[in-house]
Amino acid sequence: MDSIRRTRSGLRPARTIALAIVAGFVVSLVSLLAGGAAAQTPGNVTGTVSADGTAVEGVSITVRDGEGAKVGGGFTTADGTYTIPIAEPGDYTVALDPQTLPDDVAFAPTALQVEITLDAAGAVVDFDAAAGEEPPVGGGEEVRGTLRRPNPDTQVNEPVAGVTVRAELDGEPVGEAVSGADGTWSIPLPGPGTYTVVLVVETLPEGVDLRNEGSDRLTKQIVSGQSSPLLFQLGDRVNRATDSLYERSIRLFFDGLNYGLIIAICAIGLSLIFGTTGLTNFAHGELVTFGAVVAILFNDTFGLHILIAAPIAIVFGAGFGALQDLGLWRPLRQRGVGLNTAMIVSIGFGLALRYVMLYQFGGDPRKYEQYQIQPDGLDIGPATISPKDLTSMVLAVAVLVGVALMLQRTRIGKAMRAVSDNRDLAASSGIDVQRVILTVWVLGGGLSAFGGVLLGLDEDVTWDMGFRLLLLIFAGVTLGGLGTAYGALVGSLVVGQFVILSTLWIKPELKNVGALVVLILVLLVRPQGILGRKERVG
Amino acid sequence: MDWNLIFRTSLEASIGVDAVIYAIAAIGINLQFGYTGLLNFGQVGFMAVGAYSVGVSVVYYHWPWWIGLAIGLGLSIVLALLLGVPTLRLRADYLAIVTIATGEIIRLIMRAAVLADFSGGSAGLSGYRNEFFAETSPFDRPAQYPGFTWVDWSGEDFWVMCVGWGLVAIFSIGMWQLMRSPWGRVLKAIREDEDAVRALGKNVYWYKMQSLILGGTIGCFAGFIFAMGKGSIQPDNYATAVTFFAYTALILGGTATIRGPIVGAMLFWFLLQFVEQFLGGLRDEDLISADLMSDSQLGQTRFILVGIGLMLLLVFRPQGIFGDKKELALDAR
Repeated sequence: MDSIRRTRSGLRPARTIALAIVAGFVVSLVSLLAGGAAAQTPGNVTGTVSADGTAVEGVSITVRDGEGAKVGGGFTTADGTYTIPIAEPGDYTVALDPQTLPDDVAFAPTALQVEITLDAAGAVVDFDAAAGEEPPVGGGEEVRGTLRRPNPDTQVNEPVAGVTVRAELDGEPVGEAVSGADGTWSIPLPGPGTYTVVLVVETLPEGVDLRNEGSDRLTKQIVSGQSSPLLFQLGDRVNRATDSLYERSIRLFFDGLNYGLIIAICAIGLSLIFGTTGLTNFAHGELVTFGAVVAILFNDTFGLHILIAAPIAIVFGAGFGALQDLGLWRPLRQRGVGLNTAMIVSIGFGLALRYVMLYQFGGDPRKYEQYQIQPDGLDIGPATISPKDLTSMVLAVAVLVGVALMLQRTRIGKAMRAVSDNRDLAASSGIDVQRVILTVWVLGGGLSAFGGVLLGLDEDVTWDMGFRLLLLIFAGVTLGGLGTAYGALVGSLVVGQFVILSTLWIKPELKNVGALVVLILVLLVRPQGILGRKERVG
Repeated sequence: MDWNLIFRTSLEASIGVDAVIYAIAAIGINLQFGYTGLLNFGQVGFMAVGAYSVGVSVVYYHWPWWIGLAIGLGLSIVLALLLGVPTLRLRADYLAIVTIATGEIIRLIMRAAVLADFSGGSAGLSGYRNEFFAETSPFDRPAQYPGFTWVDWSGEDFWVMCVGWGLVAIFSIGMWQLMRSPWGRVLKAIREDEDAVRALGKNVYWYKMQSLILGGTIGCFAGFIFAMGKGSIQPDNYATAVTFFAYTALILGGTATIRGPIVGAMLFWFLLQFVEQFLGGLRDEDLISADLMSDSQLGQTRFILVGIGLMLLLVFRPQGIFGDKKELALDAR
């Protein structure tokens, strides 16, 4: 009897794992195919820099978009070549920084930048010092640009349409253009010269204003054959700088609460999985991304409203969680694979999943249909909460309360806590441990997918959104105490507040750094976390 | 399909600059993870410290490159202490979480626009290696070396490879000697049963710390070679995936063996390059349509394959290709 059982548990899981891994990727590929087909793929700008046929090393090349914002950069290597990956296709200016050239190499000013249209196949731009000496062919001079303004709620740039822009030469108007639906405008010019380009402020839509007063005219010297991008900085004058610290704190408090709730939703699944199986799951971020991407698929590609797409995404997420447990983690447990090995397996799994997402979804951020434009929000004191954030927070709290009730009141909830507490004791008192773990995976997958949808509402949907959140989820879970559901909740709320409120003093680009530093500091003084039980852990 | 080209580029990759970088990084991880059982997922952080120390010293402060390297080694000791003090007394997964977080912190700080004058922001640094080549390299820049074989490199790459493989040899011999010493046996004993070692009166915490510091400084050398081999330091080249690649290479070659990191890194880059060239070749012959797989997707495929490869290795052959299963005690505790 015993030997038969051993053969079965030794052989069957091995085959199941191989099958499940293959099946998992086939399912992911197929389910994402529709979304992937519509997504754009990034391309590379490549080329060489040379002077009279000799390669020039260490020259800085910059790629800027129509607004003049830098989207990529790099340096030439020893053979004079450079490669700059660009996230999305479009019109770009590729410029060479003359200050990085060796002293004996000089370029004509007109040869320093090149306009390109980038598609998925990439673009090649070669700079050669000899080429710049010949006068470029004239004609085709123009000024152009894209009018955008940051949405006050999301800070995502939105195009501004129907604005008149006028070009003047020596005070005389020479051309005019109106920005299109995508915010772009271009004015052909009669020839080289120094032009003043004026944005007609009266044509700006309600609520949109110049970011700085008096910045409605730009002067630009146009050389022969040049198509020059110009940037008008727009933004509703919120006077953020003059807001008091109190007002900004209140506003950021609500942002932080929203963010903390999203982290909490994702963290509870991770914490329950850790509690019941001991697995530190580094592929948890991909469950989050999966939810957001499935929602985009149904929302954008199939045209369903987000309120319908979100529950579908949650069901898919729960199924994905169940599939992971049945196909990968349960066979691994039966094989007796240790926890540290399983942790590294989850790293490999996460890496593969993440790049399957990138492969199918593309590198571009996407938004849910219903949230391209936001109506006015609800005022609470000095803070304004957009209906989107309010809905998100109410739903998150409702789900968290539901999970708490389930853990406290229902049979399966009690069983989960029992398995977390002492797996062997739970098993010997008649609890089907494997079934409880499967339920935890279903719950964790569904919650993470929901968290992903909420995160997609808060930011944008990108292929690595879950991975970027993963470290904060870990911070929340560790802060609250590894393996405790309520600890994960408390820890995540603290992390969310900390990340957002820290932008009062530090640059937003560094906000995650603060939270991770706090995680390390907390481990120094209270390694078991806020709600964790004090025990010897090493 | 040009099989000659595919094999030549794959062979070049297997002994080229990338392979040597990952071999050095993996030697450091092998000491920490293979011999001591520490899960350092922040090796890329040590590499970034090594690379940026040299880059910033030369570009921003105009100091010689070797001062930058010395600063890098000093900073990696500090970094190892910072990581070790809060986590080495705790369970293994705490170190994993903290190290992976620290690697990201270093990358985020280095690419921050606030520090653009200092560390180059998201574009990174360049133009720091001329002095290194002028002072040390016996090879001409534009010439091809070794010149008479099937595969050739530029003078710069070849010199970086010579230095890098030299370092690999030194570290490997050092590691071999260390692991035969009483010190090495204590490390292996910690991996097998920490409590037993503690019961014998050894200071487990301090031994683990030494292992973390030594492995980290080796990682710092990997970063130095990374910077010198590439000609520019770009922050996004120091993302967490680098650490996972190095782990995959190590496990492929065999954890807790001297030859593991070297064989693993060579094999890893050979396979990576081979698969990419092969898929590219299939696409050029229209066996895979360009709609199905664009150039960038071709590059993404290899990440997917590394991920699946890492999983399959750990599940079916955790000792790697040449490893010894007895030496493999990932989950001793």
